Amino acid sequence: MRIRCPFCGERDLSEFTYLGDASFVRPDPDAADAQQRFYDAVYLRDNPAGPFEELWYHGSGCRGWLRVRRNTRTHEILGVEPARRQGADA
Amino acid sequence: MHGKGLALSQNVLPLSLNVNHRRPRRLRYGLDCTPRARGKPIHYSIFSLIGAAFSGHRHWGPAWRDPAPKPAYDVIVIGGGGHGLATAHYLAKVHGITNVAVLEKGWIGSGNAGRNTTIIRSNYLLPGNNPFYELSMKLWEGLEQDLNYNTMVSQRGVLNLYHSDAQRDAYVRRGNAMRMHGVDAELLDAAAVRGMLPYLDFANARFPIQGGLLQRRGGTARHDAVVWGYARAASSRGVDIIQNCEVTGMIREGGRIRGVETTRGPIRAGKIGMAVAGSTSRVAAMAGLRLPIESHVLQAFVSESIKPFFPGVVTFGAGHFYLSQSDKGSLVFGGDLDGYNSYAQRGNLPTVEDVCEGGMAILPSLGRIRLLRSWGGIMDMSMDGSPIIDRAPMQGLYLNAGWCYGGFKATPASGWCFAHLLARDEPHEVARAYRLDRFATGRVIDEKGVGAQPNLH
Repeated sequence: MRIRCPFCGERDLSEFTYLGDASFVRPDPDAADAQQRFYDAVYLRDNPAGPFEELWYHGSGCRGWLRVRRNTRTHEILGVEPARRQGADA
Repeated sequence: MHGKGLALSQNVLPLSLNVNHRRPRRLRYGLDCTPRARGKPIHYSIFSLIGAAFSGHRHWGPAWRDPAPKPAYDVIVIGGGGHGLATAHYLAKVHGITNVAVLEKGWIGSGNAGRNTTIIRSNYLLPGNNPFYELSMKLWEGLEQDLNYNTMVSQRGVLNLYHSDAQRDAYVRRGNAMRMHGVDAELLDAAAVRGMLPYLDFANARFPIQGGLLQRRGGTARHDAVVWGYARAASSRGVDIIQNCEVTGMIREGGRIRGVETTRGPIRAGKIGMAVAGSTSRVAAMAGLRLPIESHVLQAFVSESIKPFFPGVVTFGAGHFYLSQSDKGSLVFGGDLDGYNSYAQRGNLPTVEDVCEGGMAILPSLGRIRLLRSWGGIMDMSMDGSPIIDRAPMQGLYLNAGWCYGGFKATPASGWCFAHLLARDEPHEVARAYRLDRFATGRVIDEKGVGAQPNLH
C-alpha cells in the first residue's frame, strides 16, 4: 500500500500512522443527551467493508494530516487530500 | 537472582523461582475434564490407515453430514468456525438442544479458525478475563477425550520474556493475579530461560533478556483438527452443519429477529447466535446494529520446516513477536496488527518488516531460515481488547464477537459460554463481564489500558 501525499508525492506506507474514521466529530458537551452522544462517538463504529474515509498522519514526511479514501476490501487508495479542506473552518 | 522469590506483600502469593508450583485447583463450573476415552469408538487407527492404503485412500467416509437446510430450527448459529461449531457442540451435549443449524458462508474453518497461530494460554491479568480463559484452558485439557478427536493439544509452555525491571514487576503482578485465580505461573530469571532456550539473544544491547513469565500449561493445538473435531461431534448429535450458505439478511417481525435470509433460502429460528468474528459489523448491520468493533488485519507467518528446534511458545516483551514450532517443523510466528481497518485478509510489507525485526531481536538464528508463507486474518477488534458474549438489544439475536486476536485460545470456552447464554438466556458465570453495554457504563476490560483505539490493543 502506497499513499500519494498531496505535498510529498507517492510514499511508502511505513511513513504514515493511522488514526481512523475521518467522520469523527466531537459531540456538543452541553447537549441534553451528551453522554449518549459521546458514547456513540467514542465507542461505536460503522466499520464498512468497502470505501472508507479515514485520517492518516504523514509523520516521516510533511507531518501533515491527510484524509484518505480507501477501499477496506482491497486496500486500493481512492483519493487523498489534506485533512483540513480548503476554505473549511479551523 | 531472587532466591526467595518476589514477595510483594503478605496478602499476595509470592512468585518464586524454581519452586514446584501448586497444582491449580479444579474449577467449580461443573466441568469434568478427566480423560474418559474408554468405550468410545475408534474412528481412525493405524489399521484403518493401512487398510485404506490398499484401496488408494478412496473410501474414507465424511466425518460430518452435509444436510440441506430445514425451514426452521430452535437455534441458528451463524459462522462455522471454531467458536460457532463449539457452540453447537455444547448446545447439543450440555444443554440437550440438538435442533440446531450452523450456517457457514464458505467451508467450515475457512475464516480465522484457519488463519491463527494456534496458541493456547490463560495468562490474563484482569478478573473479567482470567476465569474465562482458564475455563478455556481446562476445556482444552479435556478436549480430545470430549470430542474423541485428536486435536493435538500440546502443553509445551508459553513463555513471555521480560527485558527490564519494570516489565519484570508487571509480570510478577500478572503472575500473582493468575495464581490467585488458580492458574499456574512461574517467574524465571535469565539463567532459567537460558536453560530452556539457549539460542536466544540474551546480550541484546537494546533488549537484554532478563527472564520470563512461564505458563507451563499453555501451548498449542491443531487449528483444523479443532474445527473438524467439533464439527464431527456436533453433527453426530444431530446438529446440521450447512456450508456455502451465506447470511444475506435478517427476518424481523416486530422488534424481534425471527430468522435469516441466506443464499440457500430463508431459515427461521427461535434464537440466532452470531459467531462471525471479523465480519461482525457486517452481519450486525443487517439487524440495524452498530457495534464497538473495528475489523483489522493481523498477519501470520510460517517458515520452511526444520528439525525440532524450538520447544515451546515464546513472546518478545519489548516489541510484539511470538513464535512456536509446529509439529510439521515450521516456525510459526506473528506480531502486531497492520493497524488500519481492513477486510482484505492480507497485510502489507511494513508490518512484515516489523515482525521480522522483533524476531531477530530475540532469536538471531531466525535470519538463516526462509519464510515459506504469510497470510492475514480479519480481527474483530473491540474497543477494550476484550470480547462480547451477550444478548443483542433486539430479541432473538445473540452476539459472540470482539475476539481481537485472541480468539483461537478462547474457542472451547467461547462455545461453552455462548451455548449457555443461548440455552438459558443468562450469561455464564465466567462470561458475565463480557457485556455489550460495558462501554456505555464504563466497565471496560482493558488489559493493556490503551482505551478506545482498537489498533493498539
